[in-house]
Order: sequence, then C-alpha cells, then structure tokens
Amino acid sequence: MTAMLEVKNLEVAYGKIVAVKKISFSVEQGQVVSLIGTNGAGKTTTLRTISGLLRPTHGEIYFQGQRIDKTPAHDIVSMGLAHSPEGRRIFPRLSVQENLLLGAFARNDQAAIRADLDAAYDLFPILGERRKQPAGTFSGGEQQMLAMGRAMMSKPKLMMLDEPSMGLSPIMMKRIMSTVTELQRQGTTILLVEQNAQAALKRADYGYVLEVGKIVLSGSGSELLVNDDVRKAYLGED
Amino acid sequence: MDQFLQQLVNGLTLGSLYALIAVGYTVVYGIVQLINFAHGEVFMIGAFGALSTYLLFFDGQTGVWILPIMIIGAMIAAVGTAVLMERVAYRPLRNAPRLAPLITAIGISVFLQELVRVFYDRIPFADFPSAKQRIPFPQLDVVSGTAVQIGDVTVQRSAIFTIGALVVCAILLWYFINRTRLGRGMLAVSQDPDTARLMGINVDRIIVVAFALGAVLAAIAGVSQGLQNNNIDFKMGFIAGLKAFTAAVLGGIGNIQGAVVGGLVLGLVESMATQYVPGQFGGGTWKDVWAFVILILVLVFRPQGLLGARVVDRA
Ligand SMILES: Nc1ncnc2c1ncn2[C@@H]1O[C@H](COP(=O)(O)OP(=O)(O)O)[C@@H](O)[C@H]1O
Ligand SMILES: [Mg+2]
Repeated sequence: MTAMLEVKNLEVAYGKIVAVKKISFSVEQGQVVSLIGTNGAGKTTTLRTISGLLRPTHGEIYFQGQRIDKTPAHDIVSMGLAHSPEGRRIFPRLSVQENLLLGAFARNDQAAIRADLDAAYDLFPILGERRKQPAGTFSGGEQQMLAMGRAMMSKPKLMMLDEPSMGLSPIMMKRIMSTVTELQRQGTTILLVEQNAQAALKRADYGYVLEVGKIVLSGSGSELLVNDDVRKAYLGED
Repeated sequence: MDQFLQQLVNGLTLGSLYALIAVGYTVVYGIVQLINFAHGEVFMIGAFGALSTYLLFFDGQTGVWILPIMIIGAMIAAVGTAVLMERVAYRPLRNAPRLAPLITAIGISVFLQELVRVFYDRIPFADFPSAKQRIPFPQLDVVSGTAVQIGDVTVQRSAIFTIGALVVCAILLWYFINRTRLGRGMLAVSQDPDTARLMGINVDRIIVVAFALGAVLAAIAGVSQGLQNNNIDFKMGFIAGLKAFTAAVLGGIGNIQGAVVGGLVLGLVESMATQYVPGQFGGGTWKDVWAFVILILVLVFRPQGLLGARVVDRA
C-alpha cells in the first residue's frame, strides 16, 4: 500500500540558504503525524513546499502515489490536500462565510458545499453566530477555528496544520487539539506541525523531530513523548 | 443656480467617463500592485474597435440598435489588447523590480498609439480611414443629436448614455465582486495571494480577469467619448488615462468604490473650477491643470486617497 504522503530527500533553499536538507518522511492514511521542532527548524518551509507554494531544489513529493512537486498549488488543493498556514492567514476583510466559501473554491458541487458549510457551523457554533462579520475582528482562537473550517471546506483527504496552537490560551488550545482528533475520527489524515511538542505528540500516531533542516528523530507519538532527548529539548525538562 | 446645475451635469458626465476608466487602474493595482499606464491605450483601442465594427458592418446606418454591437466590438478589441499585454509584457516581469513593468507600460503605450496611427488604414480587407487625423465617430439615433433641455440646463444625449453606463457598470461590478465565485477569488488574491493559492485559486487566471474587467469598462468609456466628441484619435488615451489614474489615486488606489467616487469628484472639480475660478486661472484653458493639482495635493496630504487604499496585507 502506498502512503498518503511520501516525501523523499526533500531539499528547499531560499537563495543560498538551505532551509530543508534532504529530509524524507511519510504519512499513512488515517494517521495524525506530527512534525515538531524549534523556531527556524524548517517546518513551515516543508509544508509550503508540499502544498506547492515553494519549489524544492531537490527531491520528490508524492501524494496518493502521484508526484506533485511540480504541480501548481491551486491544482494540489483540488487533489485533496489542504494546508492551513502558519499565522492562520484568514482573509481579514471578508466575512466568516466568505472565508469558508473560499475554502471550497476548487469545488463546484453547490449542494454539498452548502451542507459542508452547515457542518462547519455545527463544529464551530461561534462561526455560525457571526457568519456575516469580517473575520479580521476575531480573536486568535476564533481565527484558528475559521482557518481550520476553511481548510475543511475543500474536503481534504490530508490536512496540513501549521502551528494551530500558536498564541492561544490553554483552553482554546485544548479545543483546537480536540478538533484535530475529531477530524481524524471523521477520516481525515492530518500532518500537524507544532512547536508545542507535548500537545502535538500526545495525539500523534507518529512523529518526526526536525532540527535545522534535518530530521533527527522519529517514532510513535508515545515513544517520542518519553524520549529523553525530546523531553530535554522540547518539553522543558532536564 | 442654473450655471451651477449645468456644471454639475457636465462634471458628472466627465466624471463618469473618468470613473469607467479608473476602475481598470484600480482593479489591476489591487491584484498585482502594478500601475498599468498603458490602460489609456486600452480605452483608445476600445473606441477604435467600436468604430471598426461600425465601418465594417453598418457603414452609413444610424439605427440605435447598432450601438450594443459596437460596444461588443469595442470590448473584444479592448479585452484582447489588455489580455495580450498582460501575457506578453507584464507576466514575464511579475517578479522583476517595480521599475521594470512601469517602463514597460510606457513602452506599450507608445507602441499601441503608433500601431493605430500608422497601420489603421492598412488593415487588410477593411477600408478604414487613416488614423493620422481625427476620425469622425458614427452618430446614431437616440444617443446623438439635439440635446435635451431641462429648464435652462442642457444635457447632451451622449452624457445621459455615459452617466447611465457608469450606473449600470457600477451595479454589475458590485455584483460580480461581491456575489460571484470569481469575484470572491479576486478579493482573496488582493488580500493575500499566497493564501489564495492555498484555496485552489489560480492567481494567473485572476490577474487575467482583472485586466479583462478593466478593459470592458474602458471599452464602454471609449464608445462614450466617441459619442461625446463626435470623433476619436490615436492620442485620446493619453490625457484620459492620466485623468483616470488621478481619479483612481484620489479615491484610493486598489479600492473600486474609490475609483468611482474619485472619477466623479475629479470631473466635478474640473467643471466647477472652469466655471468659478475667476481671473486668468479660470475658464477652459486651465481645465486639465486642476486634475494634476489635485493629484499632487492627494499624493502629498492623503496618499491613501479619499476612501483609503486597499493594499495587500502582508504577514
Ligand atoms: N522567505 C524566506 N527567505 C529567506 N529565508 C527564509 C524565509 N523563510 C524562512 N527562511 C529561513 O528558513 C529557515 C526555516 O524557516 P521556517 O521553515 O519558517 O521554520 P519553522 O517553520 O520551523 O519555524 C529559517 O532559518 C528561516 O530564517
Ligand atoms: Mg513555522
């Protein structure tokens, strides 16, 4: 069986600066896979390359067995790969509903889009209550819900989340993380990027640790949680 | 009072024309942060497209039913020009320093003017007049001819057409931007192009749509100007383009409502200044100067324009 996502020897550079150095990893269908690492490790660069916003200088990316490292970003979305970017990047001057509908831009099954809109409002009632409001007026947690709802609207098979817990209160972070579990239960595969290793690994079937552009460690979520190096470097223990 | 009302009508007419052209500057700027200084030429070629349609198929006739067909001819010529210019001239410069597309725009302007001036009468299989002089624009029933008198105020029929065209275009444009999927895509690209791509939006296609949209309105403006002046020429895009650019900056570049408001305000200021500025600065001779005085004042004191520029949010 082929993996849902397969990254092979991926190298990405900004000019002369090589940010991702020949990394390989895979995400199996139905899993939550976490990619953890400190600020500047190359996590965002990796996700942006997978979704087609950046081009690798070396290596290959396969999604459901199809090579996508030369596919335009807008076509990758319609293949079923959604990317909720770092910093949420909701469209601030558009309403909640317009943001969500943009998530479904690549689809044209109007009736199903309406149904999915309702499903998003069911999952995040606060969005439903404020569907006409400009999204820029929302708090960080609400914007994160909107960003996840928007990514769901493309009906992805694989959803990549870049630091969804960034800047959130502990309560809101819990809420977002339980949504990740809920999405997995509904059959969506998740690639979760986090600096918050504790939260990310607790829910992960598998995890990779990225350090200055290289994968230095990998294992099941529970293995990594008890790993001494991980505990020292990422969980603030010594 | 009558004089004031007369200038109000004149100003709104002029302003509607500016507004129709200004939308093209602002839409393209909103999407790619490019001032397409060749947009005035898109307007000019729209007028020539309308004229060509008339000469090819309806020469000598005056029925008003010809007008919609001329407008379609104008749109085909203008949209074709705008889309081609985006594809061959601007797209290769998408990531170049800002000065490069600006200089290119000036080059395209000169190129298109000369193309029309030198080659219009040499188009094969068409018996077009030379564009080295002004060419009479067809006068049609209903939209040309004796002006309408309302009290002491004279309203040209072409003025009614122009103002009416702006109203219709503004409504359709509002609907397109706010209520259609493609319009929502445009808004998304103007706010955050990278994230728009993550939504599955083909940014290249949205850019083409922006150029085409501006060209459609410029084409209508080209027909309006032909009807108003009774003639067109290869240079007509220059001053009109500069005025419309001023209008777009005045309203807040990138802001579509701003372009409409800016166009109308500029038209009104021009006509009122012509009427009411006394002494040696008054009258028609100084008309064009006021537009650029406004441009300079806006750039110095309120560079974001009346309604505020809608510049892309950068994260
Ligand atoms: N646009 C950019 N231009 C140049 N260097 C960049 C750019 N974006 C990120 N980098 C560099 O690439 C490295 C990886 O960054 P990033 O992928 O954002 O890491 P992370 O998401 O793990 O914090 C860092 O050293 C960062 O400075
Ligand atoms: Mg990052």
